[in-house]
Amino acid sequence: MDPMESIKQTYFQECEELLLAMEEGLIAMEGGEADSEVINAVFRAVHSIKGGGGAFGFESLVSFAHHFETVLDHVRSGKLDHDAPVVKVLLRAGDILADHVSAARSGQPLTEGHDRDVMEELAALADDETSGGGEASADFDDLDFTPMQIEIADEEATAPAISGWRIRFVPHASLYANANEPLLIVRELQSLGDVDVEVDLSRLPSLAELDPANAYFAWTITVQGGATREVIDEAFEFVAGDCDLEIEALAAAPDIEPLPEPAVELSEVDGSSAPAPNAPAIQTAERKGPPAVEAIAAVKQTIRVDLDKVDRLVNLVGELVITQAMLAQRVFEAEVQGAAAVGSGLVELEHLLRDLQESVMAIRTQPVKSVFQRMPRLVRELAAQTNKQVRLVLEGEATEVDKTVIDRLGEPLTHMIRNAIDHGLETPDERRQAGKPDEGTVTLSADHRGGRIVIELSDDGRGINRERVKEKAVEKGLIPPNAMLSDEEVDNLIFLPGFSTASEVSNISGRGVGMDVVRRNIVELGGRIVIASTPKRGSRFTMTLPLTLAVLDGMVVGVGDQTFVLPLTHIVESLQPRKEDIRPFSSERSLLHIRNSYVPLVRTGELLGVKGAQSDPSKGVVILVESEGAGRLALTVDAILGQRQVVIKSFEGNYHRIEGIAAATILGDGRVALILDVDGLVTRCRVNLNHDQITHQATGTFG
Amino acid sequence: MSENMEHSGQARRQFITFKSGEQEFGADIMTIREIRGWTPTTELPHAPPYVCGVINLRGMVLPVVDLKARLGRGKTEVSAKHVIIVVRCGEQTMGLLVDAVSDILTATESDIQGTPELARDTQSEVVEGIAVLDQRMVTILGMDRLAAMLVDHKPVSQAA
Repeated sequence: MDPMESIKQTYFQECEELLLAMEEGLIAMEGGEADSEVINAVFRAVHSIKGGGGAFGFESLVSFAHHFETVLDHVRSGKLDHDAPVVKVLLRAGDILADHVSAARSGQPLTEGHDRDVMEELAALADDETSGGGEASADFDDLDFTPMQIEIADEEATAPAISGWRIRFVPHASLYANANEPLLIVRELQSLGDVDVEVDLSRLPSLAELDPANAYFAWTITVQGGATREVIDEAFEFVAGDCDLEIEALAAAPDIEPLPEPAVELSEVDGSSAPAPNAPAIQTAERKGPPAVEAIAAVKQTIRVDLDKVDRLVNLVGELVITQAMLAQRVFEAEVQGAAAVGSGLVELEHLLRDLQESVMAIRTQPVKSVFQRMPRLVRELAAQTNKQVRLVLEGEATEVDKTVIDRLGEPLTHMIRNAIDHGLETPDERRQAGKPDEGTVTLSADHRGGRIVIELSDDGRGINRERVKEKAVEKGLIPPNAMLSDEEVDNLIFLPGFSTASEVSNISGRGVGMDVVRRNIVELGGRIVIASTPKRGSRFTMTLPLTLAVLDGMVVGVGDQTFVLPLTHIVESLQPRKEDIRPFSSERSLLHIRNSYVPLVRTGELLGVKGAQSDPSKGVVILVESEGAGRLALTVDAILGQRQVVIKSFEGNYHRIEGIAAATILGDGRVALILDVDGLVTRCRVNLNHDQITHQATGTFG
Repeated sequence: MSENMEHSGQARRQFITFKSGEQEFGADIMTIREIRGWTPTTELPHAPPYVCGVINLRGMVLPVVDLKARLGRGKTEVSAKHVIIVVRCGEQTMGLLVDAVSDILTATESDIQGTPELARDTQSEVVEGIAVLDQRMVTILGMDRLAAMLVDHKPVSQAA
């Protein structure tokens, strides 16, 4: 990858984290828990985004971030109160800043004037507090930002006093060749006042192209204090001919926070120490400033690892567990001498392996916070669109789940929150009439329960209007008009495909995707979703999801000479049918009679072409499963062999997809077993019904 | 074999040769990852007759192709003596069931002839060429062609 490109990628990754930190801080401010540390954190985040953005020349981003920063700076210095209206503007500014970042990332500029409203509000806020700042706001539109000069502040105009110097120092290779040391210069400057050093690695090529004799680093050094220009010049006296030097006076701005240097990862610096052997030393020098050190200490040490590497590790550990089980079995069977000692060693090994497996699985987990944090913005926007007052309460954000689950949680959650605000909550007027506070509350919580994660979304709105839901379902032909349904069953009608309760299509939730899509998303993740609703009191959606997509709870079943795994999430019940409960329906189909309903019977062995499968369902077991497209099905199997958690192994890439088979897994004995895909089996059934016609047509080409 | 080695200046290739039925086949050594004894497979539903099923190769689910069946000569009656050659083509890995592995062979490009025009049949789809060495005829298989047939998705009705 182009070195610049990879630094850019790092920048955007940092941005994501910074935006989250910013949002978190702003929400804390909104909740009135804003100490100076929180405000500082928000300021730092915005500042870092601006700084990095400047390095890549994202001008509109930088210009917006700058205005934002100015207001934050006033808040920080106490010139501006962080009361509710101000925080509201700040939150919206945060949203716009996020838009700017994603626009810069995708390379598609924001529409003209996207940030104008907020920019004006920010300008007004900045105005309020700066003496005679009228001209500052007039300047906002044509401000010109030089990308590299990250900390440039337009306070110059309002406050001309010099508080320090900013030095842009770009050594040439000859500087090092002449045995000069940037570190010594930095030390010299430190004797003049508080020094903030920022290293610019943007010219650093990849290791392969790196010329050890060349110079790639550049520094931006800010010297606070009253040093004169002469003294500064003196520090660079010996290197003046061997470097590019820009020195400019700094306006008397409130003390500028040293950057915690987000774009530099330690490894990068190490790998590039050749051209400037003193680089690491300078890094430490830079971090001497107390605020920066605090900031670093507050952040947990993390590394970024390719997900593939983690997956390989997970796979290998899974294998290790199976091999250990096999070994234990063999030792037991062989009845070797001293088996007891070997056995106890094996038990020890097993414990260690379990620990190892858990630790490895934990690497893939992340707190749900990363998804939850996206929701406050959504709620703000929806509240504005619907003219409702909404308070979002987040609980259990630290709950950890597998990354793959997190990645696929965003979409259904977004949709459900839209629904909750659009359909669930009433307008302030309606709420007052119902004797509720104007502000509606939506609570999103996450929790671990019994090896699964439970996510609940509840609102204190009007609840589900069961009469209307029922009417609608009848109208759409989803239920017969005279159906007798329990309240719970009525509530769950909203999950049926093609159901949408919005009496008129709004641009918020009535976009043709309904709760059926949400349900499908959740089921695809191996989860379930249920709703509980109380009229006039609100609704609560409860989703239970597996902690990881790498393992699955399955029922191991035998069919003929094969073993299959059925995902537990699809299973309703299992039973041994009596002969009289099986009714022939057509030449190929039979129905199974279960408690007043008839369910199509699917002979699994036949469907999958397994040899030696039990042909009489009453001698085997029937498993009732819930399918997405065709309701309930009764699958015949020979025997249930047990229930266990299996590791999912995809064979895609090595073999084409097989309809009806989701993936494979490896059982304790080392053999491969196939995991059934209930919906695929339905498709296969339908194809088989037309099978005769197809084989007729196909005879010509396949005979 | 030694005389063939003396062709200088030509790219040399090494092949692993193996027997399936009466015929000797070769595969480029670079495509071969390992050779292992037969282990029972888990059958795949509605697979073509030449796919024996899948095995567990240290955690990877590996489809196994019966070479004899693939060449239209009936299914192999497997025994413990049979071997599975693990082949890697690009991102794809598969097992090839053969009777026995015999030799490693070095040949230059000029030792390999194209498939004779008259001999086109089910076999020629997967044959890269024929190497004639020491009066032995070794049919060189194109592993990528064999592997590609496993991933090309076939509709349910045809797979049956």
